[in-house]
Amino acid sequence: MPTVIPADSVGLVTPQIEAFDQPLDLEGGRVLEQYELIFETYGQLNSRKTNGILICHALSGDHHVAGYHSLDDKKPGWWETCIGPGKPIDTNKFFVVCPNNLGGCKGSTGPASKNPKTGKPYGPDFPIVTVKDWVQSQARLRDRLGIKQWAAVIGGSLGGMQALQWSIDLPESVRHAVVIAAAPKLSAQNIAFNEVARQAIQSDPDFVQGRYMENNKVPRQGLMLARMLGHITYLSDDSMREKFGRELREGKLKFGFDVEFQVESYLRYQGRSFVDRFDANTYLLMTKALDYFDPAQEYDQSLTRALSRAQAKFLVMSFTSDWRFSPARSREIVKALLDAEQDVTYSQIESAQGHDAFLLPIPNYLNAFSAYMRSVAREVCD
Amino acid sequence: MELRPDFKLIVNWIEPGSKVLDLGCGDGTLLAYLQDYRYVRAWGLEIEPDNIVACIEKGVNVIQTDIDAGLSEFDDDSFDYVVLTETLQAVYYPHRLLKEMLRVGKHGIVSFPNFGHWRSRFQMGFGGRMPVTPALPNQWYDTPNIHLCTVKDFEKFCVDLEVNVVERLVLDERHQKRSLIQLMPNLFGTNAMYRMESANYKAKL
Repeated sequence: MPTVIPADSVGLVTPQIEAFDQPLDLEGGRVLEQYELIFETYGQLNSRKTNGILICHALSGDHHVAGYHSLDDKKPGWWETCIGPGKPIDTNKFFVVCPNNLGGCKGSTGPASKNPKTGKPYGPDFPIVTVKDWVQSQARLRDRLGIKQWAAVIGGSLGGMQALQWSIDLPESVRHAVVIAAAPKLSAQNIAFNEVARQAIQSDPDFVQGRYMENNKVPRQGLMLARMLGHITYLSDDSMREKFGRELREGKLKFGFDVEFQVESYLRYQGRSFVDRFDANTYLLMTKALDYFDPAQEYDQSLTRALSRAQAKFLVMSFTSDWRFSPARSREIVKALLDAEQDVTYSQIESAQGHDAFLLPIPNYLNAFSAYMRSVAREVCD
Repeated sequence: MELRPDFKLIVNWIEPGSKVLDLGCGDGTLLAYLQDYRYVRAWGLEIEPDNIVACIEKGVNVIQTDIDAGLSEFDDDSFDYVVLTETLQAVYYPHRLLKEMLRVGKHGIVSFPNFGHWRSRFQMGFGGRMPVTPALPNQWYDTPNIHLCTVKDFEKFCVDLEVNVVERLVLDERHQKRSLIQLMPNLFGTNAMYRMESANYKAKL
């Protein structure tokens, strides 16, 4: 943790919780009678309430996007690079809101929450939620905050998909949509990776059909494997080579199955530390939300028709070494926006860091992002 | 905003309210002007990251892409105008790009530096060296301009490609139309601008 909080950080932050008692009809046909959303806000909402920014998080993200919860925190929020005073999402200008998604495990209602009907954790009984459901649930939070239209809805990866869905489902509510390292829907390969991750979790004996909490168990091995697999897809071949090469932990081969290469040790560490901070049922739900995401489906499989509804202007960004959601996938979004004659800017950032690049301080990325957000600020700030 | 004189001439060629694609749009100056004063719906294609940022600052739509890779993403006749200013000489395949422009756009507008200008001829003919002129300021070893051509070359090129030229403007270095230039454009013109129509579009008229 920093002994002094950096001047360009939002500093110490405290999450808030809003409870919603009106039933939420889910895309899958089920109804969530009530739910809570945990969220953080940074900056000040202006008097006209026009400077609100919604940040949508990705698969394993949460509401803690920037700043520190306490001076003992080892790390700031997950997008500290981009959010804070003077940063691309400038908290001197904008009022930034980031909720933990429904189905999450960081404080919003999810599989680990208590099911009011049974008094036990929902576990596997928690309904499948989709990107569309998230948009609806977040819209109620927006109403609660008194905001009519977001100055921008912003997200990377699965977060970018939420920004797209917002622009389609609630067109009047989104002035700008910033869609980073995303895709208009998952490819068979993307779904395949998710399926292996789910199988890893579900085949762990400690998973107990999802009722591990009631049984005081944690499917550690399965969740760890799922995270290890995911992590490989977040990095590029080049970045792994640069980070680890074929370096050995103890300098020589041992001809056994223990950890020998540095990359093995790194992945195991990533997997293990993930188990301590994440819930297996949430992981299953989030990967399903990814798999189901396909906004074109409702519009005769035409993304162009879907995006024709949008009233937002779009910034789409991708990273050259990202193979999970490659630049070609972002170009599909851009093409549909062009065909729909929408305002769109597309920036393809040269980087070696793979999908994770959207979290990193890459100068061309931050410059383009900052320039765009300055133009948003000129439109909405007092 | 004081606009570059050659841009002013291009602006005059573009109908208000039309749909425009600017290939190699640079820092977005022309696009911003067209948007503000001609109320066009416009997008630019550009490859340089610094230019992308400059376009974003100006609030114009810019798509980061390599125009040498072609315009295959764009449908036929999807724009009223496709503009290529001072960029033709810097692309790998000028013939392919010109055809693509007139497939995607109903009208094409191209401007380029005239390599047939007397200064270039003089430096080459008498000095025996690759020309360095106000319109072409780069040294031969460090130039984006890999496909230079003269006014005559370009017109032959249009005939070969069966491109229908509607209007031509040849200008001096201050982008003025002088009578001497109109007399001998290939010798006295520093820049040339052409407006053309796609064969498709013409057939439909």
